[in-house]
Amino acid sequence: MKLYDYILSPSCYKIRLMAALTCVKLDIHPVDFHPGAEHKGAELLALNPAGSIPILEDDDLVLTESSAMLVYLAAKAAPEWLGRASAEEAARVQQWLSFSGRLTASLGGARLTEMLLRPGDIGALQTQGVLALRELEAGLVEQSLRGMRFLAANRPTVADIACFPYVVLAPDGGVPLDPYPAIRLWSRALRGLDHFIEMPGIHRLHELKPEPHIEPGEA
Amino acid sequence: MIDEWYPVGLFSQLDPAGRQTALMGEPITVGRDAEGNTRVTGGNGRTLPVRLRYGHVWSSLGEPKKELFAIPEADQPGRRFVDVGVVRVRCSPLRAVENFLDVAHFPFVHTDILGAEPHTEVQNYKVEIREDVDEVWATQVKFYQPQAAKSASGGITTEYMYRVPAPTCSVLYKTCPPRPSEWDVITLFVQPLAEDLCDVWPWMALFDDTTSLTDLIHFQQTIFLQDRSILENQIPCLLPLDPGMEIPTRADLTSVAYRRWLKRHNYTYGAQLVAQ
Repeated sequence: MKLYDYILSPSCYKIRLMAALTCVKLDIHPVDFHPGAEHKGAELLALNPAGSIPILEDDDLVLTESSAMLVYLAAKAAPEWLGRASAEEAARVQQWLSFSGRLTASLGGARLTEMLLRPGDIGALQTQGVLALRELEAGLVEQSLRGMRFLAANRPTVADIACFPYVVLAPDGGVPLDPYPAIRLWSRALRGLDHFIEMPGIHRLHELKPEPHIEPGEA
Repeated sequence: MIDEWYPVGLFSQLDPAGRQTALMGEPITVGRDAEGNTRVTGGNGRTLPVRLRYGHVWSSLGEPKKELFAIPEADQPGRRFVDVGVVRVRCSPLRAVENFLDVAHFPFVHTDILGAEPHTEVQNYKVEIREDVDEVWATQVKFYQPQAAKSASGGITTEYMYRVPAPTCSVLYKTCPPRPSEWDVITLFVQPLAEDLCDVWPWMALFDDTTSLTDLIHFQQTIFLQDRSILENQIPCLLPLDPGMEIPTRADLTSVAYRRWLKRHNYTYGAQLVAQ
Protein backbone atom coordinates (compact mmCIF):
# COMPACT_ATOMS: atom_id res chain seq x y z
CA MET A 1 0.00 0.00 0.00
CA LYS A 2 1.42 3.35 -1.04
CA LEU A 3 0.67 6.47 0.98
CA TYR A 4 1.31 9.93 -0.46
CA ASP A 5 2.30 11.55 2.80
CA TYR A 6 3.25 14.83 4.46
CA ILE A 7 4.87 14.49 7.86
CA LEU A 8 3.11 17.56 9.32
CA SER A 9 -0.36 16.72 7.98
CA PRO A 10 -2.77 15.47 10.66
CA SER A 11 -4.85 13.73 7.96
CA CYS A 12 -1.81 11.82 6.71
CA TYR A 13 -0.91 11.00 10.32
CA LYS A 14 -4.35 9.38 10.76
CA ILE A 15 -3.38 6.83 8.13
CA ARG A 16 0.15 6.28 9.46
CA LEU A 17 -1.26 5.85 12.98
CA MET A 18 -4.01 3.45 11.91
CA ALA A 19 -1.50 1.38 9.94
CA ALA A 20 0.85 1.26 12.94
CA LEU A 21 -1.93 0.26 15.35
CA THR A 22 -3.08 -2.53 13.03
CA CYS A 23 0.48 -3.58 12.08
CA VAL A 24 0.09 -2.80 8.38
CA LYS A 25 3.24 -1.83 6.52
CA LEU A 26 2.91 1.29 4.34
CA ASP A 27 5.10 2.35 1.46
CA ILE A 28 5.49 6.04 2.32
CA HIS A 29 5.90 8.50 -0.54
CA PRO A 30 6.75 11.96 0.89
CA VAL A 31 5.05 14.93 -0.80
CA ASP A 32 6.59 18.43 -0.62
CA PHE A 33 3.38 20.10 0.62
CA HIS A 34 5.21 23.03 2.23
CA PRO A 35 6.97 24.99 0.86
CA GLY A 36 6.83 23.17 -2.52
CA ALA A 37 3.00 22.82 -2.96
CA GLU A 38 3.64 19.53 -4.79
CA HIS A 39 0.08 18.37 -4.03
CA LYS A 40 -1.15 21.08 -6.42
CA GLY A 41 1.18 19.87 -9.19
CA ALA A 42 -0.01 18.08 -12.34
CA GLU A 43 1.13 14.62 -11.24
CA LEU A 44 -0.82 14.55 -7.97
CA LEU A 45 -3.83 16.44 -9.35
CA ALA A 46 -4.16 13.65 -11.93
CA LEU A 47 -4.39 11.21 -9.03
CA ASN A 48 -6.62 13.39 -6.85
CA PRO A 49 -8.43 16.27 -8.57
CA ALA A 50 -9.32 17.68 -5.14
CA GLY A 51 -5.65 18.57 -4.69
CA SER A 52 -5.43 17.19 -1.16
CA ILE A 53 -3.31 14.58 0.57
CA PRO A 54 -3.22 11.85 1.84
CA ILE A 55 -3.77 9.60 -1.15
CA LEU A 56 -3.68 5.84 -0.61
CA GLU A 57 -3.03 3.44 -3.47
CA ASP A 58 -3.45 -0.31 -3.24
CA ASP A 59 -3.21 -2.00 -6.65
CA ASP A 60 -5.94 -0.29 -8.67
CA LEU A 61 -7.77 1.11 -5.65
CA VAL A 62 -7.10 4.84 -5.17
CA LEU A 63 -8.54 6.50 -2.07
CA THR A 64 -8.46 10.27 -1.47
CA GLU A 65 -10.66 10.54 1.65
CA SER A 66 -8.93 9.77 4.93
CA SER A 67 -12.03 8.20 6.54
CA ALA A 68 -12.31 5.74 3.65
CA MET A 69 -8.62 4.86 4.13
CA LEU A 70 -9.15 4.20 7.84
CA VAL A 71 -12.06 1.89 7.07
CA TYR A 72 -10.05 0.11 4.38
CA LEU A 73 -7.07 -0.50 6.67
CA ALA A 74 -9.33 -1.73 9.48
CA ALA A 75 -11.44 -3.97 7.23
CA LYS A 76 -8.29 -5.58 5.82
CA ALA A 77 -6.19 -5.99 8.92
CA ALA A 78 -8.21 -5.51 12.11
CA PRO A 79 -12.03 -5.55 11.68
CA GLU A 80 -12.55 -4.98 15.41
CA TRP A 81 -11.58 -1.33 14.73
CA LEU A 82 -14.67 -0.90 12.52
CA GLY A 83 -17.02 -0.74 15.53
CA ARG A 84 -19.87 -2.85 14.19
CA ALA A 85 -20.91 -4.71 17.35
CA SER A 86 -24.39 -3.16 17.30
CA ALA A 87 -26.52 -0.91 15.12
CA GLU A 88 -25.99 1.92 17.59
CA GLU A 89 -22.22 1.50 17.60
CA ALA A 90 -22.03 1.36 13.79
CA ALA A 91 -24.09 4.55 13.58
CA ARG A 92 -21.92 6.32 16.17
CA VAL A 93 -18.82 5.44 14.16
CA GLN A 94 -20.35 6.99 11.04
CA GLN A 95 -21.51 10.03 13.02
CA TRP A 96 -17.97 10.79 14.28
CA LEU A 97 -16.31 9.97 10.96
CA SER A 98 -18.46 12.67 9.35
CA PHE A 99 -17.92 15.01 12.29
CA SER A 100 -14.15 14.70 11.81
CA GLY A 101 -14.53 16.74 8.62
CA ARG A 102 -15.61 19.70 10.75
CA LEU A 103 -12.47 19.35 12.86
CA THR A 104 -10.32 19.39 9.71
CA ALA A 105 -12.08 22.49 8.36
CA SER A 106 -12.00 24.45 11.63
CA LEU A 107 -9.03 23.39 13.78
CA GLY A 108 -7.03 22.24 10.74
CA GLY A 109 -7.71 25.53 8.99
CA ALA A 110 -6.69 27.53 12.06
CA ARG A 111 -3.48 25.50 12.29
CA LEU A 112 -2.55 26.11 8.64
CA THR A 113 -3.24 29.82 9.03
CA GLU A 114 -1.35 30.25 12.31
CA MET A 115 1.57 27.97 11.52
CA LEU A 116 2.19 27.89 7.76
CA LEU A 117 0.71 31.33 6.91
CA ARG A 118 -2.09 29.99 4.67
CA PRO A 119 -4.88 32.53 4.08
CA GLY A 120 -7.92 32.16 6.35
CA ASP A 121 -10.27 33.99 8.71
CA ILE A 122 -8.48 32.95 11.89
CA GLY A 123 -11.17 34.25 14.28
CA ALA A 124 -13.97 32.36 12.51
CA LEU A 125 -11.88 29.18 12.22
CA GLN A 126 -11.02 29.25 15.94
CA THR A 127 -14.67 29.87 16.89
CA GLN A 128 -15.83 26.91 14.78
CA GLY A 129 -13.03 24.84 16.31
CA VAL A 130 -14.12 25.66 19.86
CA LEU A 131 -17.74 24.72 19.03
CA ALA A 132 -16.56 21.38 17.62
CA LEU A 133 -14.36 20.70 20.68
CA ARG A 134 -17.30 21.39 23.03
CA GLU A 135 -19.42 18.93 21.08
CA LEU A 136 -16.70 16.30 21.25
CA GLU A 137 -16.19 16.89 24.97
CA ALA A 138 -19.93 16.44 25.58
CA GLY A 139 -19.93 13.29 23.46
CA LEU A 140 -17.07 11.80 25.46
CA VAL A 141 -18.71 12.66 28.79
CA GLU A 142 -21.94 10.97 27.65
CA GLN A 143 -19.95 7.91 26.58
CA SER A 144 -18.27 7.75 29.98
CA LEU A 145 -21.73 7.78 31.63
CA ARG A 146 -22.53 4.73 29.48
CA GLY A 147 -19.31 3.14 30.78
CA MET A 148 -17.40 3.62 27.52
CA ARG A 149 -13.95 5.19 27.20
CA PHE A 150 -13.96 5.89 23.46
CA LEU A 151 -16.21 7.72 20.99
CA ALA A 152 -18.28 4.80 19.72
CA ALA A 153 -17.51 1.85 21.98
CA ASN A 154 -15.52 0.77 25.00
CA ARG A 155 -12.59 0.13 22.68
CA PRO A 156 -11.03 2.44 20.11
CA THR A 157 -12.48 2.45 16.60
CA VAL A 158 -11.70 4.21 13.33
CA ALA A 159 -13.87 7.09 14.64
CA ASP A 160 -11.35 7.86 17.39
CA ILE A 161 -8.45 7.85 14.95
CA ALA A 162 -10.39 10.14 12.59
CA CYS A 163 -10.94 12.75 15.32
CA PHE A 164 -7.77 12.46 17.40
CA PRO A 165 -5.05 14.29 15.39
CA TYR A 166 -6.79 17.62 14.70
CA VAL A 167 -8.07 17.73 18.28
CA VAL A 168 -4.67 17.16 19.90
CA LEU A 169 -3.03 19.68 17.56
CA ALA A 170 -5.65 22.39 18.28
CA PRO A 171 -3.10 24.49 20.25
CA ASP A 172 -1.02 24.76 17.03
CA GLY A 173 -3.90 26.88 15.72
CA GLY A 174 -4.17 28.95 18.89
CA VAL A 175 -7.06 26.93 20.39
CA PRO A 176 -6.18 25.72 23.91
CA LEU A 177 -7.31 22.30 25.18
CA ASP A 178 -7.21 23.22 28.87
CA PRO A 179 -11.03 23.45 29.26
CA TYR A 180 -11.70 19.85 28.12
CA PRO A 181 -10.85 17.20 30.75
CA ALA A 182 -12.70 14.38 28.94
CA ILE A 183 -10.77 15.10 25.74
CA ARG A 184 -7.49 15.02 27.65
CA LEU A 185 -8.28 11.64 29.24
CA TRP A 186 -9.37 10.25 25.86
CA SER A 187 -6.20 11.56 24.24
CA ARG A 188 -4.14 9.94 26.95
CA ALA A 189 -5.93 6.61 26.47
CA LEU A 190 -5.19 6.72 22.72
CA ARG A 191 -1.56 7.68 23.25
CA GLY A 192 -1.20 4.73 25.62
CA LEU A 193 -2.27 2.13 23.02
CA ASP A 194 0.21 -0.55 21.98
CA HIS A 195 2.04 0.37 18.76
CA PHE A 196 1.03 4.05 19.07
CA ILE A 197 3.25 6.33 16.97
CA GLU A 198 3.76 10.07 17.39
CA MET A 199 3.93 12.97 14.94
CA PRO A 200 5.57 16.39 15.37
CA GLY A 201 3.46 18.23 17.95
CA ILE A 202 1.95 15.02 19.38
CA HIS A 203 4.45 13.77 21.91
CA ARG A 204 4.64 10.24 23.23
CA LEU A 205 3.89 9.43 26.85
CA HIS A 206 7.38 9.23 28.30
CA GLU A 207 6.04 7.98 31.62
CA LEU A 208 4.83 4.76 29.95
CA LYS A 209 8.35 3.82 28.90
CA PRO A 210 10.39 1.50 31.09
CA GLU A 211 12.60 3.27 33.62
CA PRO A 212 15.85 4.15 31.88
CA HIS A 213 18.97 2.58 33.34
CA ILE A 214 22.60 2.82 32.41
CA GLU A 215 24.61 -0.37 32.00
CA PRO A 216 27.92 -0.37 33.86
CA GLY A 217 30.64 0.95 31.56
CA GLU A 218 28.16 2.63 29.19
CA ALA A 219 28.49 6.37 28.66
CA MET B 1 18.88 45.93 16.84
CA ILE B 2 17.07 47.97 14.21
CA ASP B 3 20.25 48.15 12.11
CA GLU B 4 20.62 44.38 11.85
CA TRP B 5 19.72 42.20 8.85
CA TYR B 6 16.64 39.97 9.07
CA PRO B 7 15.17 37.31 6.78
CA VAL B 8 11.85 38.42 5.27
CA GLY B 9 11.04 35.69 2.74
CA LEU B 10 12.18 32.88 0.48
CA PHE B 11 13.89 34.15 -2.67
CA SER B 12 12.44 31.22 -4.68
CA GLN B 13 8.90 32.20 -3.68
CA LEU B 14 9.03 35.95 -4.26
CA ASP B 15 5.56 37.19 -5.11
CA PRO B 16 5.75 39.87 -7.86
CA ALA B 17 2.57 41.41 -6.43
CA GLY B 18 4.29 41.84 -3.08
CA ARG B 19 3.81 39.84 0.09
CA GLN B 20 2.63 41.69 3.18
CA THR B 21 4.59 40.83 6.26
CA ALA B 22 6.14 42.66 9.20
CA LEU B 23 9.48 43.43 10.78
CA MET B 24 9.64 44.40 14.45
CA GLY B 25 6.08 45.64 14.49
CA GLU B 26 6.31 47.59 11.24
CA PRO B 27 4.27 46.35 8.26
CA ILE B 28 6.52 45.75 5.24
CA THR B 29 6.01 44.52 1.67
CA VAL B 30 8.40 42.10 -0.03
CA GLY B 31 8.07 41.87 -3.81
CA ARG B 32 9.57 42.62 -7.22
CA ASP B 33 9.55 45.80 -9.27
CA ALA B 34 8.95 46.06 -13.04
CA GLU B 35 12.62 45.34 -13.79
CA GLY B 36 12.55 42.19 -11.70
CA ASN B 37 14.55 43.63 -8.81
CA THR B 38 13.62 42.56 -5.32
CA ARG B 39 12.04 45.39 -3.34
CA VAL B 40 11.29 45.65 0.32
CA THR B 41 9.11 48.58 1.32
CA GLY B 42 8.55 49.89 4.83
CA GLY B 43 5.31 50.97 6.44
CA ASN B 44 5.62 54.59 5.28
CA GLY B 45 6.54 53.60 1.72
CA ARG B 46 10.30 54.05 2.13
CA THR B 47 12.61 51.64 0.34
CA LEU B 48 14.48 49.32 2.68
CA PRO B 49 17.90 47.78 2.03
CA VAL B 50 17.90 44.34 0.40
CA ARG B 51 20.28 41.38 0.25
CA LEU B 52 19.64 38.07 -1.52
CA ARG B 53 21.62 35.36 0.21
CA TYR B 54 21.27 31.80 1.55
CA GLY B 55 17.99 31.23 -0.30
CA HIS B 56 16.33 34.16 1.45
CA VAL B 57 15.57 37.85 1.06
CA TRP B 58 17.14 39.94 3.83
CA SER B 59 16.25 43.44 4.90
CA SER B 60 16.57 45.95 7.72
CA LEU B 61 14.47 48.77 9.11
CA GLY B 62 17.57 50.84 9.88
CA GLU B 63 20.98 51.38 8.30
CA PRO B 64 23.07 48.23 8.65
CA LYS B 65 26.61 49.07 9.76
CA LYS B 66 27.86 45.60 8.93
CA GLU B 67 27.43 43.48 5.82
CA LEU B 68 25.20 40.39 6.21
CA PHE B 69 27.23 37.70 8.02
CA ALA B 70 29.22 35.28 5.87
CA ILE B 71 28.58 31.56 5.59
CA PRO B 72 31.54 30.38 3.45
CA GLU B 73 29.99 26.91 3.09
CA ALA B 74 27.19 28.50 1.02
CA ASP B 75 29.70 28.83 -1.85
CA GLN B 76 31.21 25.39 -1.51
CA PRO B 77 30.65 23.10 -4.52
CA GLY B 78 28.89 19.80 -3.92
CA ARG B 79 26.57 21.01 -1.19
CA ARG B 80 22.80 20.84 -1.51
CA PHE B 81 20.92 23.90 -0.40
CA VAL B 82 17.55 23.30 1.17
CA ASP B 83 14.83 25.92 1.69
CA VAL B 84 12.85 24.35 4.51
CA GLY B 85 10.01 26.91 4.41
CA VAL B 86 8.47 29.25 6.93
CA VAL B 87 6.90 28.26 10.24
CA ARG B 88 5.23 30.90 12.42
CA VAL B 89 5.75 30.59 16.16
CA ARG B 90 4.01 32.58 18.89
CA CYS B 91 7.17 33.17 20.88
CA SER B 92 9.97 35.70 21.29
CA PRO B 93 12.42 35.60 18.36
CA LEU B 94 15.23 35.36 20.91
CA ARG B 95 13.58 32.33 22.55
CA ALA B 96 13.50 30.61 19.14
CA VAL B 97 17.26 31.11 18.76
CA GLU B 98 18.02 30.06 22.32
CA ASN B 99 16.08 26.81 21.89
CA PHE B 100 18.11 26.10 18.74
CA LEU B 101 21.31 26.45 20.80
CA ASP B 102 20.23 23.91 23.41
CA VAL B 103 21.16 20.23 23.24
CA ALA B 104 19.94 19.08 26.66
CA HIS B 105 16.34 18.77 25.46
CA PHE B 106 17.14 16.39 22.58
CA PRO B 107 16.32 13.06 24.31
CA PHE B 108 13.02 14.36 25.63
CA VAL B 109 11.65 16.42 22.72
CA HIS B 110 13.37 14.80 19.72
CA THR B 111 13.20 11.29 21.16
CA ASP B 112 14.88 8.57 19.08
CA ILE B 113 16.04 11.10 16.48
CA LEU B 114 18.43 13.64 18.02
CA GLY B 115 18.64 11.94 21.40
CA ALA B 116 17.38 9.07 23.52
CA GLU B 117 17.30 8.04 27.15
CA PRO B 118 19.48 7.09 28.97
CA HIS B 119 22.06 9.06 26.92
CA THR B 120 21.05 12.40 28.40
CA GLU B 121 24.38 13.77 29.59
CA VAL B 122 25.68 16.95 27.96
CA GLN B 123 29.46 16.61 28.13
CA ASN B 124 31.61 19.66 28.79
CA TYR B 125 32.03 21.95 25.80
CA LYS B 126 33.63 25.31 25.08
CA VAL B 127 31.83 28.63 24.72
CA GLU B 128 33.26 32.02 23.85
CA ILE B 129 32.28 35.42 22.55
CA ARG B 130 34.77 35.92 19.70
CA GLU B 131 35.67 39.58 19.97
CA ASP B 132 37.29 39.85 16.50
CA VAL B 133 34.10 38.84 14.68
CA ASP B 134 31.68 39.72 17.49
CA GLU B 135 29.92 36.36 17.43
CA VAL B 136 28.94 33.76 20.03
CA TRP B 137 30.57 30.37 19.41
CA ALA B 138 30.09 27.01 21.13
CA THR B 139 32.49 24.26 20.09
CA GLN B 140 33.26 20.62 20.96
CA VAL B 141 29.61 19.92 21.72
CA LYS B 142 29.19 16.14 21.61
CA PHE B 143 25.98 14.21 21.88
CA TYR B 144 24.83 10.65 21.26
CA GLN B 145 22.16 10.63 18.56
CA PRO B 146 20.05 7.67 17.34
CA GLN B 147 19.43 9.33 13.93
CA ALA B 148 21.53 12.46 13.67
CA ALA B 149 20.62 13.24 10.05
CA LYS B 150 18.56 11.80 7.26
CA SER B 151 21.85 10.42 5.89
CA ALA B 152 22.80 8.69 9.16
CA SER B 153 22.14 5.00 9.56
CA GLY B 154 22.06 4.05 13.21
CA GLY B 155 23.27 5.89 16.29
CA ILE B 156 26.44 7.99 16.31
CA THR B 157 28.09 10.47 18.63
CA THR B 158 27.60 13.72 16.77
CA GLU B 159 29.79 16.77 17.18
CA TYR B 160 28.27 20.23 16.95
CA MET B 161 29.51 23.79 16.70
CA TYR B 162 27.06 26.63 17.22
CA ARG B 163 27.50 30.14 16.03
CA VAL B 164 25.37 33.24 16.61
CA PRO B 165 26.41 35.90 14.06
CA ALA B 166 23.29 38.09 14.43
CA PRO B 167 20.77 38.50 17.24
CA THR B 168 18.05 36.37 15.59
CA CYS B 169 20.18 34.02 13.49
CA SER B 170 22.13 30.94 14.36
CA VAL B 171 24.33 28.66 12.27
CA LEU B 172 24.91 25.08 13.35
CA TYR B 173 27.84 23.00 12.11
CA LYS B 174 27.30 19.32 12.59
CA THR B 175 29.07 16.02 11.87
CA CYS B 176 28.32 15.07 8.27
CA PRO B 177 27.75 11.29 8.19
CA PRO B 178 28.66 10.73 4.48
CA ARG B 179 31.72 13.06 4.63
CA PRO B 180 33.45 12.96 8.01
CA SER B 181 35.96 15.67 7.00
CA GLU B 182 33.23 18.26 6.40
CA TRP B 183 30.48 19.86 8.46
CA ASP B 184 26.82 19.92 7.55
CA VAL B 185 25.40 23.43 7.93
CA ILE B 186 21.93 23.94 9.38
CA THR B 187 20.71 27.44 10.07
CA LEU B 188 17.85 29.06 11.88
CA PHE B 189 16.96 32.45 10.44
CA VAL B 190 14.32 34.21 12.52
CA GLN B 191 12.21 37.12 11.32
CA PRO B 192 10.96 39.10 14.33
CA LEU B 193 7.36 40.13 13.60
CA ALA B 194 6.70 41.33 17.15
CA GLU B 195 8.41 40.83 20.50
CA ASP B 196 6.30 37.70 21.04
CA LEU B 197 5.78 36.52 17.45
CA CYS B 198 8.20 35.34 14.78
CA ASP B 199 8.47 33.63 11.43
CA VAL B 200 11.22 31.02 11.40
CA TRP B 201 13.04 30.19 8.15
CA PRO B 202 15.32 27.18 8.56
CA TRP B 203 17.87 26.62 5.77
CA MET B 204 20.48 23.91 5.17
CA ALA B 205 23.66 23.36 3.16
CA LEU B 206 24.38 19.64 3.25
CA PHE B 207 26.55 16.98 1.70
CA ASP B 208 23.99 14.31 0.88
CA ASP B 209 23.62 12.99 -2.64
CA THR B 210 21.16 10.23 -1.93
CA THR B 211 18.27 11.61 0.14
CA SER B 212 15.44 13.26 -1.80
CA LEU B 213 14.91 16.98 -1.29
CA THR B 214 11.44 16.31 0.14
CA ASP B 215 12.88 13.88 2.69
CA LEU B 216 15.46 16.48 3.76
CA ILE B 217 12.73 19.12 4.18
CA HIS B 218 10.49 16.74 6.12
CA PHE B 219 13.32 15.71 8.44
CA GLN B 220 14.04 19.32 9.40
CA GLN B 221 10.34 20.24 9.66
CA THR B 222 9.80 17.26 11.95
CA ILE B 223 12.52 18.48 14.29
CA PHE B 224 11.34 22.07 14.29
CA LEU B 225 7.65 21.22 14.80
CA GLN B 226 8.58 19.11 17.81
CA ASP B 227 10.05 22.31 19.27
CA ARG B 228 7.19 24.61 18.31
CA SER B 229 4.65 23.53 20.92
CA ILE B 230 7.32 23.81 23.62
CA LEU B 231 8.37 27.29 22.46
CA GLU B 232 4.78 28.51 22.54
CA ASN B 233 4.43 27.47 26.18
CA GLN B 234 7.57 28.97 27.70
CA ILE B 235 7.11 31.32 30.65
CA PRO B 236 7.84 34.20 30.68
CA CYS B 237 7.13 34.75 27.01
CA LEU B 238 10.05 37.18 26.59
CA LEU B 239 13.64 35.94 27.03
CA PRO B 240 14.75 36.86 30.57
CA LEU B 241 18.05 38.76 30.64
CA ASP B 242 17.88 39.41 34.38
CA PRO B 243 20.31 36.96 35.96
CA GLY B 244 18.05 36.71 39.01
CA MET B 245 15.32 35.07 37.00
CA GLU B 246 16.78 31.64 36.30
CA ILE B 247 19.55 29.40 37.56
CA PRO B 248 21.49 27.95 34.61
CA THR B 249 23.41 24.67 34.70
CA ARG B 250 26.67 23.77 32.95
CA ALA B 251 24.73 22.47 29.94
CA ASP B 252 23.33 26.00 29.46
CA LEU B 253 26.70 27.70 28.82
CA THR B 254 25.79 28.64 25.25
CA SER B 255 22.55 30.20 26.41
CA VAL B 256 24.38 32.15 29.13
CA ALA B 257 26.87 33.53 26.57
CA TYR B 258 24.07 34.35 24.10
CA ARG B 259 22.13 36.27 26.75
CA ARG B 260 25.27 38.10 27.89
CA TRP B 261 26.07 39.05 24.30
CA LEU B 262 22.49 40.28 23.69
CA LYS B 263 22.67 42.40 26.80
CA ARG B 264 26.07 43.86 25.94
CA HIS B 265 24.78 45.02 22.53
CA ASN B 266 21.42 46.13 23.82
CA TYR B 267 19.75 43.55 21.56
CA THR B 268 16.65 43.55 23.71
CA TYR B 269 13.74 43.29 21.24
CA GLY B 270 11.94 40.18 22.58
CA ALA B 271 13.80 40.25 25.90
CA GLN B 272 12.66 40.87 29.47
CA LEU B 273 15.19 43.09 31.20
CA VAL B 274 13.96 43.02 34.78
CA ALA B 275 12.32 39.99 36.35
CA GLN B 276 8.63 40.60 37.02
